[in-house]
Parts: sequence; structure tokens; C-alpha cells
Amino acid sequence: MWFEDLLISLKQQIVMIAPEHFRPVFSAMLSTIPILSAFGGLFAVITLVERKMLGRIQNRYGPNRVGPGGIFQPIADGIKMLTKEDIIPFSANQFLHLIAPLLLLVTAMLGLAVIPFGHKLVAVEFEAGILFFFAIGGAAELAVFIAGWASRNKYALLGSLRAIAQMISYEIPLVLSSVAVLMAAGSLSLPEVVEAQAGGIQSWYIWTPWGFLGCILFLIATLAEVNRSPFDIPEAESELIAGHMTEYSGFKYAIFFLAEFVAMFAMCALTATLFLGGFHAPLPILDFIPGPFWLFAKLILLVLLFIWIRGTMPRLRADQLMEFAWKFMLPMSVMNLVTTGVWISLGGGVFAWVVGAVMNAGAYFGWSRLLSQSSRVKPRVYRYAEETKANV
Amino acid sequence: MNLVFAIIALITLASAIAAMCLRNLVHCVLCLTVTFTGIAMTYLQLSAQFVGFSQIMVYVGAVSVLVIFALLMTRGGNELNLRDWNPRHWLIGLGTGLLTFGVMATGIFKSSLTRSAAPDSKTESVKTIGESLLNEYVLPLEALALLLTVALIGAALLAMPERKTASSPHSDRPQTKGDPTN
Repeated sequence: MWFEDLLISLKQQIVMIAPEHFRPVFSAMLSTIPILSAFGGLFAVITLVERKMLGRIQNRYGPNRVGPGGIFQPIADGIKMLTKEDIIPFSANQFLHLIAPLLLLVTAMLGLAVIPFGHKLVAVEFEAGILFFFAIGGAAELAVFIAGWASRNKYALLGSLRAIAQMISYEIPLVLSSVAVLMAAGSLSLPEVVEAQAGGIQSWYIWTPWGFLGCILFLIATLAEVNRSPFDIPEAESELIAGHMTEYSGFKYAIFFLAEFVAMFAMCALTATLFLGGFHAPLPILDFIPGPFWLFAKLILLVLLFIWIRGTMPRLRADQLMEFAWKFMLPMSVMNLVTTGVWISLGGGVFAWVVGAVMNAGAYFGWSRLLSQSSRVKPRVYRYAEETKANV
Repeated sequence: MNLVFAIIALITLASAIAAMCLRNLVHCVLCLTVTFTGIAMTYLQLSAQFVGFSQIMVYVGAVSVLVIFALLMTRGGNELNLRDWNPRHWLIGLGTGLLTFGVMATGIFKSSLTRSAAPDSKTESVKTIGESLLNEYVLPLEALALLLTVALIGAALLAMPERKTASSPHSDRPQTKGDPTN
């Protein structure tokens, strides 16, 4: 609490320096610049951490040449990207080709505006903050389309259409699973959602049956929404070259990566806000450590989880991806809404917890069994080299 | 405040005109998206946050993407040839436009909403919208939900594989046990 108050009073002091006419602009800049620089820095660190972790998973070193242990690798990467030639295809639409990565970055950055980083520490306090987040996220699809279409490349266009189809499909379970939290908190405002989870780790929403299922659904949908592995079909190198980024080079390509990572950070911050208590400390004794620390700790843990998933999961096929979204994620998120309604009408407590857990677990096991019985896909049979040799 | 409104109105109108006049259909759709965003900005300027964000979510995020998909799957975004325009088309278009405008204008001016005092913007929160949607206007809401469900089922039905062709002798795939064709 003291840290947030200190920051706010400091900001008010600094704003006073500016001439009166420019104070609103100056105040807005003071709110946005820390967010932009913090997430820009986090992007650099996380790219290195991701490569190191993936290297560890794959039993190799990862980058270790630039600086001690490779810690200056992000700087080297940045310089490399900046000095590369910026190629625009001859028949591409030059203006749209330029505007697409910028639009993607802006939509990713704008989502951070409504995330509460601490007590009263939110850049813009909207009454319908989460609606703003999802509305801006919807505009990212348009940016992906512009990138694919403006490149005048069949692979780019196909990749962007696939990406849009995937993003639209997974947006529905994403929004529906967050609606459960909004129902319980009774507000669309993210600071109020966080306030509803105050009082230590036991009051976080992830410990309720609907919150648990909702959190898992939300995380899976997040992976698909930001095109991370195992849902990275839009950028599958082996199938679509690099999807909508095929015709991009140099710093525009870097901006695509930055936008992707910032979108991932924003989604992880939203996950932490909705299900993991936001900026609250896990124990009331630890409240003296400032809220931003806790939010970033949860955010980085979620990002590490994503990197772990990337290192261990194989990529899904496009049709599997769609079937999973529409046949499994959508019914489960709707079921989760029903469970939340039952939970709220029972008023919480142990009985409501048991009823909710039975409802969600029953829906999960029943529905997945039904789906696996009716699907045409058989369990995959692996044939090893010796067996085929023997058969021939 | 007026300057902001003027800028938003200018962008909205200019992009709307561009959406009508440009040759390339994809450019038209992108300009139309700018128009949708401009309308959302107007809502936000009137401090109607919920409507503004919903406008962005539905129109910028969904409708424009839908139009793009429909466009690319049917005609591939070819350039239109506007040379062979017909004065009759212009007349019909003008008549339709005037008629639509007339209906909407008379509807708005005859509505009692224009005569009632402007509500206090602070009280018109998301909560009031939600409460009136689920109490006063619950029947229209349910009717809309039913309509959307019907549309969704219809779309799924159209996209389902045709049952007879799946089991035709031309298909070289062996039929599996749990095939949905039976």
C-alpha cells in the first residue's frame, strides 16, 4: 500500500512542474511510459529466458556467447534486427504493409492500460475495463489480416486467414471463462475484481471449482489467442513458412515478435488479475511487499509455464485445433457459467464447493468420454523400424 | 471537446466516403472499419463506455473480419470496374438511401426518447444496462438469443460434411467403426 501511495504522490508532484495547460498530457505520459518501458524490458529478458529454458529442455546450452552466460544476447538481437535490410515486396501495398505490425503492437500495448498493477495503480480506470481489453484484443485480428493481405503472398494470406479463424474460435471460450469471474465479483471493472479476492491465497478465485476450470480454459485459450505453441499453426515454419510474417524482415519482424510477447504478457497479467488475486500477496503478512512485485511475479510464473508448454507439447493440426475449440472448450466454458450461477445462488461455502466440483468434474469426464467415443480418430498406432522391417 | 468531436466526425465521414468510392474491395472494408471505430469513438465521447466498447468488439473485431472472409472466399478482393456505371443504378441507390434515411429520421424524431431529458451520464452505468436488459427487456433479449442460436445451428448444418458422399464408393478410406455417417 505504501509503495503505491508513494508512486501516486510522486506523480502528482512531478505533474505540478509542467505548465498548467499540458498537465493532462503530462500526467498521461507519466502513467504510460513506466508501463511501456517495463514491458519492453521484460520482453528482452523473457526472450533470453525462453531460449535458455528451451535449450535446457532440449539438452543444449542455448545462447552463451554474448556476455557472461549470454545475458547480452537480447541487445545483440536488437542491433541485428535494426541493421537488417527492410524489404517491402514490389507488389505489396506499402502503407498497409507498414501499418500492420504497428497496429498489432498498439492493440497489444493498449490492453495493458486497464490492468491494475497495484492498489489504485491502474493507467485508465474504466468501469467496463475487461470489455475494453477484449474489444482491443479483437482489433488484433484485423492487424493480422492486414499483414497477410498487404504482403501479396499466398502463404502470408493463408497464414493470416488461419490465424484469424483460430483467434476468433478461441476468443469465445476466452471471454466466456472470464465471465464466470465477473459474475462472482459482480463487476466489469478489473480493480474491483482484484478487491473481491483480497485477504490471502485462500480467497483467490482459482480455489473455487468454477475458477479452477475457468483458469485452465482461460490459459488454453490464451495460448491460442497469442499464437503460442502448441497452437502456433499460423507461424508453423514447416507448413506456412511464417504465416502472416513471411514477407516481413528487419525491425518490422522484430515488432511482430514484440507485439506477440506483449500480448502474452497482457493476457498473463489478466489471468493473474482474474484468477490469481492480481496484485495481492499470497499471505497477509507479506502485504508490505508492493503490489506490482506480486503481479509481475505471477505474470512471470505464467510466462514460464507457457515456455515449459512450448518445450514439451507437439503442435496441433489445424482441424484438431478447431475441433478442440468448438467441441470441447465452448461446451465446457458454458457449463462453467452454469456452475458459477449455482455457486452464487447457493452463496458459497463447503456445500456449494462440493456441488460445483461435482458439476464441473462430471461435465468434464462425461463430455470428454462422449467425444472420444463418437470421434472417428482412433488411437494412433506407432510402428517402429524393426516392426515394419519384420512385416515387409 | 468540440475540436475532438470535429476530428472524430471528419475521420468517420471521410472513411465512410472512401469505403464507398474506393475500387479495391478490401480497401473498402478497411475504410469501413475506420468508420466503425469512429462511431465507437463518438459513443465514448458521450461517456457511453459499454456501448462504445461493444461497438469496437462487435463491429471492428467480428463484423469486419466476417466481411473480409466473405469477400476473400467469394471474389478474392478483385478490383471492381466502375467504368460501366449505369445512371439507373445511381437513381435506385439514391432512392433507397433517401428512403432509409427518411424512415430512420421520422422514427427518431417521433420517438419519445428525444423529448425526455438527457439522463445523467454518471448514473447510466454498466450495472443499469445489465439490470434493464435482464428485467425490463428480457423478452427481446431472449428472442435475440434464440435467433442467434438458430443462425449458429444453421451455420453448423451448412458446414457439416454431406452424409451420402462420405460413404460413396469413390472414397478410398476404409470406414471406421465410430463413423458419424450411420
